[in-house]
Amino acid sequence: MDQTITKPRSFQEIILRLQTYWAGQGCAVMQPYDMEVGAGTFHPATTLRSLGSKPWAAAYVQPSRRPTDGRYGENPNRLQHYYQYQVLIKPSPPDLQELYLGSLRAIGIDMALHDIRFVEDDWESPTLGAWGLGWEVWCDGMEVSQFTYFQQVGGHDCHPVSGELTYGLERLAMYVLGVDHVMDMPYNDPDAPIALSYGDVFRQTEQEYSRWNFDVADTDVLLRHFEEAEAECARILDQDADDPKTGKRIIMAHPAYDQCIKASHIFNLLDARGVISVTERQSYIGRVRALAKRCADAFVMTEAGGFAA
Amino acid sequence: MPDLLIELFSEEIPARMQGKAADDLKARVTNGLVEAGLTYAGAAAYSTPRRLALRVDGLTERSPDVKEERKGPRVDAPEKAIEGFLRGAGVARDDLIERDEKKGRVFYAVIEKPGRDAAAIVAEVLEDTIRNFPWPKSMRWGSGALRWVRPLHRITCLLSREDGSEVVELDIDGIASGRTTEGHRFMAPGAFDVTGFDDYEAKLKRAHVVLDAAERAEAIWQDATNQAFANGLEVVKDNGLLTEVSGLVEWPVVLMGEIGEDFLGLPPEVLQTSMKEHQKFFSVKNPKSGRIERFITVANRETADHGATILAGNQKVLSARLSDAKFFWENDLRVATTDGLTAWTDSLSNVTFHNKLGSQKARIERITALARELAPVVGADADLAAQAATVAKADLASEMVYEFPELQGLMGRYYSDAAGLPSEVGAACQEHYSPLGPSDDVPSAPVSVAVALADKIDTLTGFWAIDEKPTGSKDPFALRRAALGVIRLVLENELSLSLDQFIDMQLVRHKGHLIDEVSETDIDDLIREIAEHGVFGAAYLALKAKRDGATDGLVAMNGAVPDKSVDLLSFFHDRLKVYLRDEGVRHDVIDACLGMPGNDDLALLVKRAKALQAVLDTEDGENLVQGFKRANNILTQAEEKDGVEYSFGGDPKFAEHPTEVALFDALAQAESRITPAMQAQDFSAAMSAMADLRGPVDAFFEAVQVNAESDVLRRNRLNLLSSIRSTCLQVADLTKIEG
Repeated sequence: MDQTITKPRSFQEIILRLQTYWAGQGCAVMQPYDMEVGAGTFHPATTLRSLGSKPWAAAYVQPSRRPTDGRYGENPNRLQHYYQYQVLIKPSPPDLQELYLGSLRAIGIDMALHDIRFVEDDWESPTLGAWGLGWEVWCDGMEVSQFTYFQQVGGHDCHPVSGELTYGLERLAMYVLGVDHVMDMPYNDPDAPIALSYGDVFRQTEQEYSRWNFDVADTDVLLRHFEEAEAECARILDQDADDPKTGKRIIMAHPAYDQCIKASHIFNLLDARGVISVTERQSYIGRVRALAKRCADAFVMTEAGGFAA
Repeated sequence: MPDLLIELFSEEIPARMQGKAADDLKARVTNGLVEAGLTYAGAAAYSTPRRLALRVDGLTERSPDVKEERKGPRVDAPEKAIEGFLRGAGVARDDLIERDEKKGRVFYAVIEKPGRDAAAIVAEVLEDTIRNFPWPKSMRWGSGALRWVRPLHRITCLLSREDGSEVVELDIDGIASGRTTEGHRFMAPGAFDVTGFDDYEAKLKRAHVVLDAAERAEAIWQDATNQAFANGLEVVKDNGLLTEVSGLVEWPVVLMGEIGEDFLGLPPEVLQTSMKEHQKFFSVKNPKSGRIERFITVANRETADHGATILAGNQKVLSARLSDAKFFWENDLRVATTDGLTAWTDSLSNVTFHNKLGSQKARIERITALARELAPVVGADADLAAQAATVAKADLASEMVYEFPELQGLMGRYYSDAAGLPSEVGAACQEHYSPLGPSDDVPSAPVSVAVALADKIDTLTGFWAIDEKPTGSKDPFALRRAALGVIRLVLENELSLSLDQFIDMQLVRHKGHLIDEVSETDIDDLIREIAEHGVFGAAYLALKAKRDGATDGLVAMNGAVPDKSVDLLSFFHDRLKVYLRDEGVRHDVIDACLGMPGNDDLALLVKRAKALQAVLDTEDGENLVQGFKRANNILTQAEEKDGVEYSFGGDPKFAEHPTEVALFDALAQAESRITPAMQAQDFSAAMSAMADLRGPVDAFFEAVQVNAESDVLRRNRLNLLSSIRSTCLQVADLTKIEG
């Protein structure tokens, strides 16, 4: 145990330390996916790469959007846009719990003073047709991460099994930095010439998006976009695997999956606008899941998905 | 005699699964050992978050040699049959012996199974146990195919004797057995070797692991109550939570913290639920004020600062949680006091109860209508019952119940009181879900009873109307529980009500919603007629007569309702049988009473059954049944022979023999006691009068030949017997009584 680790001083320092730590554990440090997603799991580096037989190790920050959680920047810990830190290693290494605990040490949590616990919490994503078993990790009663062994994704059994770690960065950072309101959290070094708080960076956008999400987003347009994304996803996957132009076998799993992500996010927006009834909700979720399944079916037929021609 | 130690060391096992897993480990391993021919003196299983352990003491060293003889075909049987026998028994031709038997000379195979060493058996049994362990949910990990509740890391398996211990060798998907284990994840990292159970348990304790869950629970409870007591407080007992928390720690450290002053105004149930559900905290109460003022959390380690950091962290998390709860509470109170609870009820039109049965709002409206009908029968004010039913489920739309569904009903009461509604209404909000289980209290306040009954009858009739009845072990809508709830509400409140009528009314309401052609007016008219005429059939005919034969859309519903109503009533009767059997009422007694008129009045039915059972246990009862059976048997035989039914009753003027005259007198006398007793539903008195008939009946049969020469005499005597039969059948169908 390294007792010399200093306390981080800002939100970004915690992110940087996680990046350094997981890079040191051999993960490919990836960048956020360039689309709106509800959680880091949606990044193809997790959803698609957890499928098939090929080994994989990736870590990345993923900006995540949950329109219904918007509180105009006023709630101390609820945001419609926040960051998740995501680690996915396939096959899950036998010492994944120890590796994880190492990451907590790296961001300045002193194991000798804190009470870390692995509390049962099984993960399920009805929209991705995915589930796994694991825990939520508690630090002094506070949930700081999700720890999951993926069993199924997109309706496919995971062989080998991926270990997935998800850190809610704002909450974790607030805890480590001892901040009570997310907007008060130092974003960069508080002694920097231009010190910025989380609120300096995000308060205004939280307000803007909260208003748009709840009251302004054009639901007719969104409904149409949903249908279009759904149709496009199906159309992409209906294409012949053999590309007539290059003569190569090119299954377009990723472009199709982009449409699935899009449909999923639009569904979340519609949900926030309150135009989806309880019964319709299930049917929308089912439609997104159907897309996710088809994308998974397609991905396992590709080289990255472990398909050997 | 060696002792066996097994430990299965894994990543954190969900707390709720640990106890049963320990029991399963013990049962599976010991059963396997015994089946393989070993015996043992004693066994005990243990669990912590990271391990299941089993000790088996005094195991035999080897299973005994077994010699088994198997009988084969006759020696002159076809070659094929003999070959088949050899294959099945796994022996060679030369190993067969021959024996003379009654049917000829027969082959016997002698199969010898030598005993095996305990180690070999243990290895086999443990492997089988691990591979087939009954986890409620299990998983794979890494690249392997083995399933366990979470990744399994170590298998410790030792046979220890006085001269030392040996590792029982096994390897399951790359996990080799050994003698190594680990202590507390943080307080004593690193592996160590053990030699047997005592050594294992002692070393674990040194490594900050208390192996026995009961010992951990005991320590937690002791320490928690002591800390509370030292502050003049008491811990709110919660055995479920205690068990769960004991499964979350290997080295329990009890810490008591304060609840911020801001939150002490929240209802105690909210504090308790929030702390328990989210944080697994115990509530600590001030016995003087009854308020919950502190919490107890159980950490999994000691620290240099005596838990100060841990407690501060927990306190902070609690504050955030309670801020949410307070936010919900204050928002809800604002809605309740400004818009009223009906605003929530209205918003429930957007919430589906069941896709065929409509929204929660529609459901509430049906329940309200029925509660109004039920009110007079249960002694409640009809308007008050309707008002209560309208708001009883309003809290389902509140933020607090959205967050904590288990607070439904209770929050309704708080909000109803806050809105200034009558206290009976608040009580109904809270109590109308009851009784939930067989041991749950039954509400007795009339308004609560009306809403509770209406709620359950509406649920039952609704699912009957759409043919979603319970089948076998499947009862997703808890309809058996609802029926039992109705039964207990009726019986424990001694309510006399005709269930048929209310079932019919509510079925008509459901059918009206389900069948498009039926208009609201038709439904209302029909329900009014049911209220007047009792049941659907009569009401339907009355309505038809009133409208000169025209029932229009109602035709679509004709037939379906009486069918379902009979079916649902028999479902109630089945539940009642189960209920009464638990109360010690004989099944033949229940059957004898079920066939009687008014069997939809459950209180009457039970009164009848209990009276019959009580009488049957006495000499009177014996006399009643025997007297009845004797008369009935002869009568039935005669009726079968003659092909007619004797039902006129005899005429005393044809009575010839003194015993015959006496029987007529006795019958008249009995009738004069039975009629008023039946009117007063005093079944015991009625049955006692019937029992008195046995003497005259016996004397009559002794002296008189029923099948007399004279046809007039014979018929008169048979008709006399038929009077006895009909008299006795007034109270119950005695033909159903056994013995």
